[in-house]
Amino acid sequence: MSSQTAATPMIDVTVDGEVVQVPEGATLLDACRTKGADTPTLCYLETLTPVNVCRVCVVELEGSRTLVPSCSRAAYHGAVVETDSPRVRHSRKLVLELLASTVDLSRASGDVKRWMDRYDVDTARFGPAAAPGERDGRDPGHHHASDGATAETVAQPVKIHDEMYVRDYSKCILCYRCVEACGEDAQNSFAIAVAGRGFDARISTEFDRKLDQSACVYCGNCIGVCPTGALVFKSEYDHREAGTWDEAKQNVTRTVCPYCGVGCNLELHVQANEIVKVTSPMDHSVTQGHLCIKGRFGWQFVQNRGSE
Amino acid sequence: MVILWGSNARETHPIFFHHLLKALHSGARLYAVDPRRTSSAQWADVWLGLDVGTDIALANAVGREIIAQGLVNQEFVEHATTGFEDYRAAVEPCTLEQAERITGVPGDAIRALAHAYAGAKNAQLCWTLGITEHHNAVDNVLALINLALLTGQVGRPGSGINPLRGQNNVQGGGDMGALPNKLPGFQDVQDDELRAKFERAWDCTIPPKNGWHLTQMFEAMERRDLRGLYVIGENPAQSEADADHANALLRGLDHLVVQDIFLTKTAEFADVVLPAAAGWAEAEGTVTSSERRVQRVRKALDPPGEARDDVDILCELAKRFGHDWGQPTAEEIWDELRSLSPMHAGMSYARLDALGGIQWPCPDEDHPGSTYLHGRLWKRPAEGRLAPFSVVEDVPPADELTDEYPVRLTSGRRLDSYNTGVQSGGFASPLRRPETLDICEADGQRWGIADGERVRVHSRRGAIEMTVRYVDELRPGLTFTTFHFPDEAETNKLTNPAWDRRSGTAEFKAAAIRIEKLEAAVGAGG
Amino acid sequence: MPADERARMDLKLLPVEASADERAAVATVFESPSEVPNTDRVAREGLTEAKARRHLLLPALHAVQKAVGWISQGALNEICRRLIVPPAEAYGVASFYAMFSTTARAPRVAHVCDDIACKLAGADAMCATFERTIGPPGTPSADGRATWLRSPCLGLCERAPAVLFQLAGSKNADDDTIAPATVDEIEQVLNGATVPAPAVGSTPQTSGTREPGLRLLRRVGVADPTSLSAYRAAGGYDALGRAIEIGPAQAITEVSVSKLQGRGGAAFPTGRKWDAVAKAAETPRYIVCNADESEPGTFKDRVLMEEDPFAIVESMTIAGFAVSAERGYLYVRGEYPLATARLEGAIRQCRADGLLGADVMGKGFVFDIELRRGAGAYICGEETALFNSIEGFRGEPRNKPPFPVEKGLFGRPTVINNVETLANVLDIVLEGGAAFAGVGTDQSTGSKLFCVSGAVERPGLYEVPFGTTLAALLERAGGVAEGRRLATVLLGGAAGTFVSPAHLDTPLTFEGTRAIGASLGSGVVMVFDEAADMRDIVLRIAAFFRDESCGQCVPCRVGTVRQEELLQRLARDGARPSPAAEADLLDELARVMRDASICGLGHTAANAPQSAVTMGLFGGTGHE
Repeated sequence: MSSQTAATPMIDVTVDGEVVQVPEGATLLDACRTKGADTPTLCYLETLTPVNVCRVCVVELEGSRTLVPSCSRAAYHGAVVETDSPRVRHSRKLVLELLASTVDLSRASGDVKRWMDRYDVDTARFGPAAAPGERDGRDPGHHHASDGATAETVAQPVKIHDEMYVRDYSKCILCYRCVEACGEDAQNSFAIAVAGRGFDARISTEFDRKLDQSACVYCGNCIGVCPTGALVFKSEYDHREAGTWDEAKQNVTRTVCPYCGVGCNLELHVQANEIVKVTSPMDHSVTQGHLCIKGRFGWQFVQNRGSE
Repeated sequence: MVILWGSNARETHPIFFHHLLKALHSGARLYAVDPRRTSSAQWADVWLGLDVGTDIALANAVGREIIAQGLVNQEFVEHATTGFEDYRAAVEPCTLEQAERITGVPGDAIRALAHAYAGAKNAQLCWTLGITEHHNAVDNVLALINLALLTGQVGRPGSGINPLRGQNNVQGGGDMGALPNKLPGFQDVQDDELRAKFERAWDCTIPPKNGWHLTQMFEAMERRDLRGLYVIGENPAQSEADADHANALLRGLDHLVVQDIFLTKTAEFADVVLPAAAGWAEAEGTVTSSERRVQRVRKALDPPGEARDDVDILCELAKRFGHDWGQPTAEEIWDELRSLSPMHAGMSYARLDALGGIQWPCPDEDHPGSTYLHGRLWKRPAEGRLAPFSVVEDVPPADELTDEYPVRLTSGRRLDSYNTGVQSGGFASPLRRPETLDICEADGQRWGIADGERVRVHSRRGAIEMTVRYVDELRPGLTFTTFHFPDEAETNKLTNPAWDRRSGTAEFKAAAIRIEKLEAAVGAGG
Repeated sequence: MPADERARMDLKLLPVEASADERAAVATVFESPSEVPNTDRVAREGLTEAKARRHLLLPALHAVQKAVGWISQGALNEICRRLIVPPAEAYGVASFYAMFSTTARAPRVAHVCDDIACKLAGADAMCATFERTIGPPGTPSADGRATWLRSPCLGLCERAPAVLFQLAGSKNADDDTIAPATVDEIEQVLNGATVPAPAVGSTPQTSGTREPGLRLLRRVGVADPTSLSAYRAAGGYDALGRAIEIGPAQAITEVSVSKLQGRGGAAFPTGRKWDAVAKAAETPRYIVCNADESEPGTFKDRVLMEEDPFAIVESMTIAGFAVSAERGYLYVRGEYPLATARLEGAIRQCRADGLLGADVMGKGFVFDIELRRGAGAYICGEETALFNSIEGFRGEPRNKPPFPVEKGLFGRPTVINNVETLANVLDIVLEGGAAFAGVGTDQSTGSKLFCVSGAVERPGLYEVPFGTTLAALLERAGGVAEGRRLATVLLGGAAGTFVSPAHLDTPLTFEGTRAIGASLGSGVVMVFDEAADMRDIVLRIAAFFRDESCGQCVPCRVGTVRQEELLQRLARDGARPSPAAEADLLDELARVMRDASICGLGHTAANAPQSAVTMGLFGGTGHE
């Protein structure tokens, strides 16, 4: 935590007819939240650089021809924003429908389900889902057009290549968060990037190599930021497959990592006196939600010792 | 600007390195000083690959260049330091040419480092065990501090000298008085007034003289002055340099008590083992991180079997000695500490929770904590004791390279492992490989040793078998390994116990070795 | 491993070696040995150096693609090692572009255009032949040396059908095109024959009796486009001389007074861009010429670059002089080999003659131009995607603001102008902004190049003053071919709209087309007669947008797929539940793409399909 700085000047933003004050440098999303307007977000995360690709946070900004992504648009004094106009409602509804008809959102947060209800999302209106297929290695350019009878999706086989990660890209909304966490915003390992183009764009290692042959260092930060459960720890995946994952019975305790001297905060998710997952708080200045392989996975010694 | 000197933070302090990379992405420059071209050094604008143990020669040459080129922060040196003239005279012979001869680093790279450091608006000078695991560790540190004083790169936001702590509470141990010469809060045990404060609070008499640090303890064992040992959360049987000798001493004790969360190698020698709860997940308390941030650890799990909280064990022990300390909570103990240690006074549990930890000193409950130290040196007149320059001389590593032991072995850590591996061995890292003796390909070819070949490695203290691996980050004559896997490769049978008289740290970073091919070994190449 | 080949920036490279050819190809992008060799003691290849080299990624990928015909793991590894780029990122970039193959591919590739104009000219039949003789797209020929692929519009619509050859593995064979092409010619080139020279011109106004009053096309067919002296003899570099005389501030004023608007499609006032960059505090500043002309039906910039390349170099130099930029980038569409060669030649000659470099014209200012080739991505015509492409990243558009004049190429203030826009600058400087503004209409000044293709008698590039009506333009092109009846005109390209014959009187101006709910776009006027299968045409447009969406934002990435599926249903009479309901759904998709997409691709992807459905071109009588 940094020490106190001089107070930032405040600016006025009108959100849905009400004037709110936000500090200079704030975004329109900050203004919407200040006003208390429940603004849906998917790709946005406080600790990452906004990529504004999901477009579910769009708002109507006076003077702008198109809707603007509130997560990344800087607020300015006198800005006038509508968050619930027919245009905004339409775009949010359609974005959610387009995603929900393409991606398995069953593991997305309760927020997403709430927004889908609020915007009356009808996932069926683009037709029944097409059969799953292999999506890696697709070339940019020409595709085989379907006959339109079914709606193409990103459904594809689950990737389980090691004892740490499970990657189920049928649940991937391509929010870029994992790429950012693996890249410049945190880990800087750049083990994954977006490959391919258009609807065939996908998260991939180079030539789709397995993770343990890639630059991955298993820090788990990609999993930590994934909003839809496309990336999960193998431990969680196994529990879920076995039907023993029960968040209602889990306690989350914040503590400090036992390795090195940096002071990373850990959140231990404990079920039946067993650590089932480790995360890190987004709001802590040391980690901003990120950990290394030791902090993320190095806890097993506590439990192994119990079983001896 | 950031200098990483003897630190592979990319692997040993990964989250610190995240912050460092953020700065690099926004335009900061990184210089890395390390014998190996480590994964940290690979990010640097300039990597300076000095010979092991020549840090002082390099630092003194940087200092001399700064002085010779008129890059000294005159105002700071004048008002905030003492001893500049002696320092200037001492480093005068330390020319770039001389430094190049001693360190192996080209003079122009040393010059670049000097100019970048002196010219930077802000500069952080960070180090880790590459500086401190030497027989002249304290001199190494003083040589670096000299540079910060010369340039005024200290005591300001963004400028400072920064030892990166290797363990989650090595700082906290010191804070709490786990030092032979300090009471909690770094209060001098030989200061009568301070000692009296503690004696009043604790209703006891505290011996008015310094105790022994770890290495002195081993020397005392050798003399048989120390015959009983109570070890809490430490594994000296595997972590001490010259392990064979250390183990003989441990075995020769009259009585050894080990309190640990594991049955460590040390515990195997013990007369009594007290199974303990894991401090970070099975007990309440605080730890202090490298940036002096005190944070709470919390109990998330019940400890297994008969393992008990350290506080419990100590209180029970006290009871057996005839003192009833009751059953204090961690917070009650912490509040007592706050009442005795002024730098912790403002850190209530409630504030630690609310602020995400607090950096000491924090003298009262209105104080936000201190993000940096030594700001007093920038007050005019500077407050408190002025910062002294230190005259330090370059002394080569104690374990000399000779015809019999011609190769330098240095040691360090890898990303997914930790110390002697008792903790990190518990998870199956996909990154982990069997322990190796890392060498460069050129050496392999010179010595006729293939990548993957088993060899015998001799030092003046012992010999072990290891598997060779070719790596990019080493140059001819320099080899590397870790001590993460003592069961596979007992590296500390090779390392040198020569230690710094002031810090008590052994010279893990510089052993002299000889590598021998195994005769008729199955599957050996070359 | 030698010290200078050691790992950098903590990268984990692939355990695959590059071939000698691949290594040599990658080495060509390093003009001089700029890499400071590492030693056992010092290395200087950290993050700073990696960032400095990143912009060489696209040229390096091109070099390898050209040398061996695809980007192998070993080649990618070599690129990553030399450029200090993480392999996953390099793969992400390589797999973004249609002209790069990340799987083994035959060295001789025919990209057969099956886009709108070529479709009208029989491309489908040609493709069907190759399906039969070689196999589905991508199948290697019998000898393994050749293959064919379908291609989006190659910008040769006036001479459809067109084919682009990517000829790898030979120093003597450069990429080339044939238009009009026949199956026989394509097969011969795939079998190793050299590409024949084009037989037909692209500018009917300059063939035969030369039309008077041509401005932008004034040197076409007059001055040898490969000769600087010919260019100068034809008045070349008078404008730069004049600009230096009047000074940077006045040059910008003239451009502002001329009311010149961008000719790439967005019609933004050029003077405002120049002014903003000239006033920007940050340096360095850049000039970028957007020559990534990829809008289906558009070929005007190609013709200018092929026929008058020095004019582009000169006008960029004037822009650089005006805004104090010392470096220009010319980003040419990857599918334009002839334009690339002509521009490269022009830049080389100008450099040799002191018209580019450290002391331009001996007048003490610095300006040089670097040419960059695109690699098959329509989206890179979007200005911020183009910046990313030059910088060595995926060609994904950035969110705006900040606009290029504040944070453009490499995050610096940047003037980015279309080729045709820049070409106008020469006249503006020479005759003054006011005189220029006298041509055309009040709101649309100067003349305009129109790309007339499809069912007209004389397809080609036509220069007319703004305000000429659509009917008059079609008349110049000889009217509808073979006396058939006009069905519709696609105005502005695939991102434009279909207009009905009822709108033939529309004056071709920015404001005139706006009034009928259309846009001039990039100047495409594609003509369809009553024989055209409009369902097929519209489906091709829908497929185009789906293929060319970068994939970043949801409305465009998924919206273009849903739009194509919907149109497929309509075309196959499988509407759910009714054509009217599908039209409503199309409207909903159009709205979200227009309102919420990041860039112009998504904003306009539904324009043409929606207008076609509205006009009944898609499902009306006769198609039920």
